[in-house]
Amino acid sequence: MIKHIFWMFLLVAGLAACGGEEKRTLPILGERDVVNGDTIYPTVPDFAFINQDSQLVTNATFAGKIYVVDFFFIHCPTICPKVKANGVRIYEKYKNDPRVAILSHSIDVRNDTVAALKRHADKLGVGTPQWHMVTGEEDAIYGIADNYFSVATKNPEAPGGFDHSGRLILVDKNRHVRSFCDGTDAEETSRFMKDIDLLIEEQFGAKASK
Amino acid sequence: MRPYLLFVFVAIFALAGCEQSPYRDGEALYKAQCANCHMDDGRGLGALMPPLAGADYLKKERAQLPCILMFGLADTIVVNGQTYGEKMPGVPTLTAVEITNILNYVNNAWGNQNGVFTLEEVRKSLETCK
Repeated sequence: MIKHIFWMFLLVAGLAACGGEEKRTLPILGERDVVNGDTIYPTVPDFAFINQDSQLVTNATFAGKIYVVDFFFIHCPTICPKVKANGVRIYEKYKNDPRVAILSHSIDVRNDTVAALKRHADKLGVGTPQWHMVTGEEDAIYGIADNYFSVATKNPEAPGGFDHSGRLILVDKNRHVRSFCDGTDAEETSRFMKDIDLLIEEQFGAKASK
Repeated sequence: MRPYLLFVFVAIFALAGCEQSPYRDGEALYKAQCANCHMDDGRGLGALMPPLAGADYLKKERAQLPCILMFGLADTIVVNGQTYGEKMPGVPTLTAVEITNILNYVNNAWGNQNGVFTLEEVRKSLETCK
């Protein structure tokens, strides 16, 4: 019996250790350079795309904000709807918080016109200024996916004609990528949303609004 | 010590029992073929993807369901009063048995109580596909 009690204690102690919330800081992701003793962190480069309202969307659109990025296409027969469903969760949580935005890049620039993106956003029940669904130069969109550690490319063999990752990526107001998750997974997205709260606290000094 | 152990076993079996749907093959096929759009909980997505949970369409169009799974849908449909116009791809590689398993899962999951499909019923429906 004494042995049992010992194991019980160990178990309880172990659980308690898991519960202890340690103060975390999100890392800056990507390869860094050191120049003259200064560390240079990778940043998201300049971009210019067009959203569902025909408005120009650039880095300036997200100045002073943190934002969530993904890559998708409307007629995607595989993972996109799941990523969108988790995107909608994020949208619903932060839609009244102007410090947080979402930027979804279409990788099917031929079919996903501004009008098609508008219809898509309306049917999802989401909209600007919080959630920008953008199209643009194909190369520019495929190129910037690298900076967000995502895959976006044409592949006639892939379902729907495109290869892409279903990642959600979190960018801070200094253009640094700070977190990402598998956007097809609801639990991963819940963890990711905690990272968003953490980043809001770090960058704006106040807790996320409920 | 014995009765205590027995209790633990009973509890474990009871818990395991809760987790499982009676239509496990259908559930696995659903997750592989359908859940990307209709979601694991059958809720669909906004006005893009119709829900299956609590969907009147499943009852109203019961005889059409096997054909829809196999050949998809190009028409606009109305589910619980909401219009949906996205094209649904079918899965022509499904067998009649697999379709039966999926339909039995979908029609009895998430609170749905639409009864059981027999293989015979599904085969008959499939003969009518346009």
